[in-house]
Amino acid sequence: MATVDLSIGIGGAAGQGIATPGDILARIFVRRGLHLNAYNAYQSIIRGGHIFLTLRTSDAPVLTFGDKLDILMPLNQDTMNRHLRLMKSGSVVLYNSDKIKPGEVEAGVQLCPFSVKELAPNIRGDLVQNTIALAAVLRLIGVEFKILEDILTLQFKRKGEAVIAENIGVARAGYDYAGTHFKPFAFSLPDTGKKLAFFEGNQALAMGGAAAGVRFYCAYPMSPASGVLHWMARHGRQLGIMVRQIEDEIGVINVAIGAAHAGCRAMCATSGGGFALMSEALGSAAMMEIPVVCINVQRAGPATGVPTKTEQGDLWQVMGAGQGDYPRIIVAPTNIPDCFKTVPQLFNLVDKFQCPGIVISDLLLSEGRSSVDPAELDFNVPIDRGEVIGLNGSVPPVNGGYNRYQLTDTGISPRALPGTAGYTHVVATDEHDEDGVLISDEFTNPHKRQAMHEKRMRKMDLILPLLEPPTLFGPEDAQVTLVGWGSTEGVIHEAMQKLANEEWIAANNLQIKWMVPLHCQAIMAIASKRKKLIIVENNYSGQFARYLRSETGIVADGHIRKYDGEPFMPHHIVDGVKKILAGTTQKYVPVHEIMV
Amino acid sequence: MSVDPVDIEARISKTGQPAGGPRVTVKDFKGKVDPDWCPGCGDFGVLTALKQALVELNLNPHQVMTISGIGCSSNLPGYLSTYGMHTLHGRALAVATGAQLANHDLKIIVTGGDGDGYGIGGNHFIHSMRRNVDLTYIVMNNQIYGLTTGQISPTSTKGMKTKSTPAGSVENPIFPVSLAIAAGATYVARGYTGQVKHLVDLIKGGIQHKGFALIDAFSPCVTFNLDNTHEFFKHRTKKLEDMGHDPTDFSAAIQKSYEWGDEIPIGLFWKREDLPTLDQLEQILDEGGPLARRPLGISPEVARSLVRELM
Repeated sequence: MATVDLSIGIGGAAGQGIATPGDILARIFVRRGLHLNAYNAYQSIIRGGHIFLTLRTSDAPVLTFGDKLDILMPLNQDTMNRHLRLMKSGSVVLYNSDKIKPGEVEAGVQLCPFSVKELAPNIRGDLVQNTIALAAVLRLIGVEFKILEDILTLQFKRKGEAVIAENIGVARAGYDYAGTHFKPFAFSLPDTGKKLAFFEGNQALAMGGAAAGVRFYCAYPMSPASGVLHWMARHGRQLGIMVRQIEDEIGVINVAIGAAHAGCRAMCATSGGGFALMSEALGSAAMMEIPVVCINVQRAGPATGVPTKTEQGDLWQVMGAGQGDYPRIIVAPTNIPDCFKTVPQLFNLVDKFQCPGIVISDLLLSEGRSSVDPAELDFNVPIDRGEVIGLNGSVPPVNGGYNRYQLTDTGISPRALPGTAGYTHVVATDEHDEDGVLISDEFTNPHKRQAMHEKRMRKMDLILPLLEPPTLFGPEDAQVTLVGWGSTEGVIHEAMQKLANEEWIAANNLQIKWMVPLHCQAIMAIASKRKKLIIVENNYSGQFARYLRSETGIVADGHIRKYDGEPFMPHHIVDGVKKILAGTTQKYVPVHEIMV
Repeated sequence: MSVDPVDIEARISKTGQPAGGPRVTVKDFKGKVDPDWCPGCGDFGVLTALKQALVELNLNPHQVMTISGIGCSSNLPGYLSTYGMHTLHGRALAVATGAQLANHDLKIIVTGGDGDGYGIGGNHFIHSMRRNVDLTYIVMNNQIYGLTTGQISPTSTKGMKTKSTPAGSVENPIFPVSLAIAAGATYVARGYTGQVKHLVDLIKGGIQHKGFALIDAFSPCVTFNLDNTHEFFKHRTKKLEDMGHDPTDFSAAIQKSYEWGDEIPIGLFWKREDLPTLDQLEQILDEGGPLARRPLGISPEVARSLVRELM
């Protein structure tokens, strides 16, 4: 059991410097071995607007940003107005009383005003209030001042001694003021003695690519996928990864396909709009049998939609991307560390089966942050390039000519790297015969077309057994089975705990990671034992519910859906389960209480 | 090509050139099937000229990758024995950019038509040129969409009557040569498939050039373009080298690129050799050979440093 479960909300306008105190707190938490989950609600604006960062930490694993706030740090009046009403008894609100006034507040909420003018009379600039508030928070949760002092020294190292001294002075004033004027929390932030790391999902995806041996990464900037590009660009030279920004997403995927065909492990990432532009080329990768990995970080659609908000609305797009039937692997990582592990798994599959692979993430996963045990970040992963002639120098003699698309029982034909002597061949997006000659014009032949089509599609049967089947999490004989896919795993698990502890409802969870091909038999076996089945997903139409029904015939007893751009909070699922079990509704759509 | 690979390997020195062995011949580049272009199609001239250029440069088939989009002319890689990619409509240059950066030892030839390159692929065309990607782009320009049975293309002349413009096109055409010079291509030429020998020299020059080389080749469509025929080009095309043109003179190159009338210049309009190519600017290619052939995996030391950043 957790001894501490603390949530801190920091809010203000874009440009007010919310990220820095957020980063400092996150680092303090993980260095004490505490778990962390953070979510930043923001807008498509560079200056102004409203940003709200929620950081939650505990000595037990933290699955979501939670349901409540213990500390509110409003950096402007707007944030105070939006969030004060949600603060409950026992919580704390820290604010600069020179500029910000509180409103009505629930009994038991501790208002902690401080005056920047009094505490730092000689210092100009707005950022000083952040430093004071941060120092005060640390005092209230029992973190020694020395830790903040060290971090500030590191943070301002480049700006010189004077700036360091000034910031430490301000922090000291805030820390001491809180000690004499505010009531601290009953706990002191523990230190487990085992340091953790923390990262955001996009970093995890990029690092997974690095572990997989990605040698070529290209992208067109698009929120919320740009974090992958930024990590790759920052580390490309160190890691020997070529990183290119391309003119549009059609170009991106085609450049990646060119690099992949030449022999690189190639990856790209985008969001739904960019992915739409890539559709045709993904089919071409399957047709030419070139392995390539594309990440779709979903945001709220359709069209430009809400660029900085989350959704799971692209499942059908990804499943149906491009014309015609073609083999593809689609995987939806279920948490941030899983993003790291999934990418190398996917690369081995696409290399072996010579087809495109798609990672379907979303803003919550990709821009959310999570702590991780550094031991879990194993870069020494198995790498299987599949059957590639000319990759490792030795080239077998060509006996009776080389057929790039030789018909085989597995559907996999030996691939020869361009540049290898004796193996020249043409790969084509037109239908072609075993030797690569087109059978779309002069040599059209329905029998050959059928054989080639079946050869490619046959791979799907062999992929399935290599994918880990989904398993049931939680008590087998639970009253309700919550089915989700991808990023909702954390919030479903936390809702299960709440249901058990607060509502005496036993729930279990079937979370789907490998979306295509789908482990239908395993899912049906699990679902056959369920009492009630509720599907939880972050979209309007129940895209997964429809997919599950089409593939397995399973009809859910209820649905919990959300499509306001914000992620589920645990209590949303709890409320939905209660209502559906009570029979008042079959479809529950929660109202997001936080105005962000 | 039915040659034992071991044989070929023995012929190639480390520089990729045949080491004293027999020179390649046109036969070495013969594709698996013959072209299915209409009899008299200009594209035959490009195929012949390209093979001849490869032979004269003594390149081995496996050292070359020919990449095309979609359209009549984009079928070319299938009629040639090199590594080939017959990609999507308009996307050849994007695919070629990736392939060139992934393996800069390959000689990349991109082939296609005016609709493929200047229409649907227009964005990639501009950006590949400004990047100075090291490849040779041969556009078989017939000023018409042939494979879709005759509609206007970006290079169709104003007033041209086609199935999509029964009353005559009202649009101004693209001047590919002017566009290429302006966009940053470092070798810009125009050829005519009725003058194959001249075209061979232009293609050879393009392949030897380090950087983006465009060869826009008039390649008359004998079936759907009855305006811009061999008869039309035969008497109008005039070689720049006979006009005293200096291909290092930017203003003159631009001026010549817009000339279209009784005299239409062909030849090398523009060339500069002082600009590095995209792969030369990529620091990670400075040493270690082609990216595609490097070992995967990262050292434990680097892995540790990546994890440390997160703590």
